[in-house]
Amino acid sequence: MEMRHVTAQGIPYEAWKDNEYIEKLVTELQESGTNVLVGSLDKLINWGRSNSLWPLTFATSCCGIEFVSLGAARFDMARFGWEVARASPRQADFMMVAGTIVHRMVPVFRRLYDQLAEPKYVIACGSCAISGGPFRKSYHVAKGIEDIVPVDVFCPGCPPRPEAMIYSIMQLSRKIKVERFFGGKNRQESQKEFLAAHPIEDVAAANID
Amino acid sequence: MANLQEKVSRLFPEATFEEGEILLVNIPDAKLHDLVKSLRDDCGFDYLVTIVGMDWVSSLGCVYYLTSSLSKEFVSVKVQTTDRDNPMIHSIADLYRIAGIYEREVYDFYGIIFINNPDMRRLFLNIDWVGYPLRKDYDANPEINPVSIENERQTDHTDSWVEQPDGSIKHERPRVFKEDDFVVNIGPQHPATHGVLRFRTAVDGETIQKIDVYMGYIHRGVEKLCEDLGYMQTLHFMDRLDYFSAHNYHHGLCLAIEKAAGIEVPRRAQVIRVMMDELSRIASHCLFIGTFCMDLGATTMLFYTLRVREQVLDIMEKTCGARMTFNYDCLGGVMADLHPDFVKDVKALLEVLPKNVAEYNKLFTGNVIAHNRLKNVGVLSNEDARSWAITGPSGRASGWACDVRKTHPYSVYSEIKFDQVVRTEGDSLARFQNRVDEILQSKGILEQLLEMLPEGEYCAKVPKVIKLPVGHWFQVVEGCRGLFGVYIESDGSAKPYRLKLVTPGLPAAAVVDHITRGQKIADLITIGGSMDYIVPDMDR
Amino acid sequence: MSNYTIDNFSSLATWFDTMLNDFMPSWLATTVECVLVGVGLLLVYSVLALFYILYERKICAYFQCRLGPNRVGPWGLLQSIADMFKILIKELIALNHIDKFLFALAPYLVIIASVLCFAVLPWGNGLQIIDFNIGIFFLLACSSIGVLGILLAGWSSNNKFTLIGALRSGAQMVSYELSVGLSILTMVVFAGTMDVAKIVEAQADHWFIFSAHIPAIIAFVIYMIAGTAETNRGPFDLPEAESELTAGYHTEYSGIHFGFFYLAEYLNLFIVSGVATLLFFGGWMPFRVAGWDGFNEIMGYIPSVVWFLGKAFVISFIIIWFKWTYPRLRIDQLLTLEWKYLLPINLVNLALMVWIVVEGFYFGQLPQ
Repeated sequence: MEMRHVTAQGIPYEAWKDNEYIEKLVTELQESGTNVLVGSLDKLINWGRSNSLWPLTFATSCCGIEFVSLGAARFDMARFGWEVARASPRQADFMMVAGTIVHRMVPVFRRLYDQLAEPKYVIACGSCAISGGPFRKSYHVAKGIEDIVPVDVFCPGCPPRPEAMIYSIMQLSRKIKVERFFGGKNRQESQKEFLAAHPIEDVAAANID
Repeated sequence: MANLQEKVSRLFPEATFEEGEILLVNIPDAKLHDLVKSLRDDCGFDYLVTIVGMDWVSSLGCVYYLTSSLSKEFVSVKVQTTDRDNPMIHSIADLYRIAGIYEREVYDFYGIIFINNPDMRRLFLNIDWVGYPLRKDYDANPEINPVSIENERQTDHTDSWVEQPDGSIKHERPRVFKEDDFVVNIGPQHPATHGVLRFRTAVDGETIQKIDVYMGYIHRGVEKLCEDLGYMQTLHFMDRLDYFSAHNYHHGLCLAIEKAAGIEVPRRAQVIRVMMDELSRIASHCLFIGTFCMDLGATTMLFYTLRVREQVLDIMEKTCGARMTFNYDCLGGVMADLHPDFVKDVKALLEVLPKNVAEYNKLFTGNVIAHNRLKNVGVLSNEDARSWAITGPSGRASGWACDVRKTHPYSVYSEIKFDQVVRTEGDSLARFQNRVDEILQSKGILEQLLEMLPEGEYCAKVPKVIKLPVGHWFQVVEGCRGLFGVYIESDGSAKPYRLKLVTPGLPAAAVVDHITRGQKIADLITIGGSMDYIVPDMDR
Repeated sequence: MSNYTIDNFSSLATWFDTMLNDFMPSWLATTVECVLVGVGLLLVYSVLALFYILYERKICAYFQCRLGPNRVGPWGLLQSIADMFKILIKELIALNHIDKFLFALAPYLVIIASVLCFAVLPWGNGLQIIDFNIGIFFLLACSSIGVLGILLAGWSSNNKFTLIGALRSGAQMVSYELSVGLSILTMVVFAGTMDVAKIVEAQADHWFIFSAHIPAIIAFVIYMIAGTAETNRGPFDLPEAESELTAGYHTEYSGIHFGFFYLAEYLNLFIVSGVATLLFFGGWMPFRVAGWDGFNEIMGYIPSVVWFLGKAFVISFIIIWFKWTYPRLRIDQLLTLEWKYLLPINLVNLALMVWIVVEGFYFGQLPQ
């Protein structure tokens, strides 16, 4: 069966199967116009961040089971240092949104994201998290998590194979390598902005009794 | 069946009957409770399989499916109400414990209020949800029920409509927890809830007093989605309910549709289907052992059991082309023929299986700490198991022989020799050991199937668009976690009028409150793990 | 200190001290020495903790038929360094509705407690930071500060999970402190001294586990069980039982504050192994057999630091082995184990040891 050519603006077709292209992009970005001292410090910090990605144990459905397989002996994400799955969002670095997010889960999911400590990243894993997937037409399913939280990497599949998940986390770590700690933007959202968007209400008053 | 009909018509002259594969009793609402009570007490129908909420446009109503653990006979009861604005039906929650949860589900989907049910909150949707989604006139406009990132409103009160002695209905609002209970919220994002399930737990120190189960954090509305799809298209959702029993659920829905459409399945396809069912059972129980041990702190077991699971997935991947969502069983047979390596691979798997099971027993089951953690924890009596509708290995751990493969054999199961693993202790250890033993039973079944695998067609010729005649059908199969039932009602078109899925996960989660009372918080994890519910399976 | 091994740090220390005193006043010399020792201590502490994190991850990977970290640096050696860089610059989340002072204080209490214990260990021939006549007593006292930090962390976070975690840990550590204390006491009875250097010296020809035979072995087994419980490691990891309490008492901590708990947890593992080494396996003392001079000399070529670390790593390996094999106990079973089994056995064992010392049923000689 012949594969259909996938085209996207600005990225040549070959890039889709060529990681070196992205690596080159990363190096170019890194070397363009940074101070030598700050640049190398940035490099060191980014090396640390990109090589130490601790996931939050978060899974809602089928993709979560593939995420378990990812930790198991065959795929062994420990090789990359990703196996320190933290159950507390305060200590995790990224969130693998593995599974469908439904209306009732949205506030919980958003709160989990808010509880993650900066720098935080989100991987939308599986077609449900990307767009709602096979359940897109349902009355109770959020049509993709992009409206709820900023997403760094999309990992398609239903569910994605563990190899695809490894690749998506590797893409995330490449993305981290072009970040700038000094002079860059270190928060997705400042606390002031956050509090303005989420006024602290009286929890007791909001609940009916 | 004739006996039963005679008996019921003698006691309830107002009842009308519809003959069919399963006897259907039409009864007015006022007599429902008495009828079900006499069915339970006098005719031995001790197990409520499901309550199917229905919207016949002209009326709303329910179909109750009951079965007897002795005679294995099914009976269904149909109740209707024409009041669409304020529909009310009498509850049977005092007869079957599980009915309380099933009635909440019907209330959530159809807005039917059950009189005398002590807890009439919505089950899956939040309290501000507008409309009842499975009604035919539901307005699915996303602006009415938008995605909101603000916390949903919570209430400590539940609703209850109680019938007074004079026949009037009074609305009451009792509290869920006592005023001074210390309530810990476990979940929905919690490592031990196996997905997104939420327990509001009232504790006294480390001792649990009451649990209020919140579901719906992964309610995807599969039943409503199916109503807009052709029969062939509804199949793929079965992969995504209980993703470990993907083959079994597919098998169940295929059987139901084939029964209705009168499709003959070639023998080779039948054998292949059963082989896939048993392979998924092995994989599913392996993962159960792993995650259960991990919940108890023995992380290493997970890796040993996943090793076997990967081997099973390899076999399936070669034939089905996927690791989890196979979509392999189709109407009339299976999608593709077996991979040439299939027989060789399965034989290799069966060879290592006993060694691995022995290793699990040595590492975990024989461990004194594990024994202390599991023995006499979360005891579920035989009677409670039937009342709560706990089927599958968990139900069989309570001494209830409820294996659908034996009670209502389908496909080629009637030709195969295997034992139903039954234990009588009813504790977490029995539930755990049952699953370990079932792996070995599945091994025996697979060996026999490999022997009898016939040559021939793997799929019958089936028209592209399938139309079912007007009517309704009910089919049960054994999933990896218990009874899986499919109810199809057709209005003669190419789409199901109503497709109800009966999953074993919902009772398994509902019973947690009952069996954790007085146990420790750590036992909640043990019990929840040993019931082995899959959250997308209960929420659908 | 006599020459049991080729390296002898006491002469080095003396030389350094004389040199400093030669060209600066003695108070300044003392200050410089304190600062140097402090910096060195913290450096060794963090390097060892990072090593331990990798050590456990690798070992548990091999138990689980996996490879473990192997991408960052050669054989994954730099994995925990990368983790450290990340955790250093990770956001410290400022929480509302908590006791801010106590919340910030708790991780420091935990880490200070383990640094203080760390300082008592006999690192090598003459290489010991604090050496005084109640060394063991000091060790026990310092290790109890840690539980205060954990209780504070759990309570000040204003979270029900952390509170349950802290209460569990309070009950657990207070109970198991008894067993640790009594098994150490058993050995102190045998050694007749609380001075760490003298205890090591006394094991020159026979490690205590051989010379005090049966009661020492019983004390060692109890010490290993109680020590595992003291460090909150599996199968006694109830205070941070992941599947029950998300992350236990440190659920609300992020960034380097969490890093402190994480480091202290691994260092406590080392300290427990180090104390076991000191009391049962002769500290830094090489394996010597009285009379076999040639053999003893060859053993002496291995530096004392290597002996100490090697023994500690082996004992840590056993504790890690526990964790990755056994399921977790329940809180009531945990307390039953301590109060109904370990404590009575320990008391009987103590009496047995006293009897053995009085009657002289042991090998070798006791320190004077």
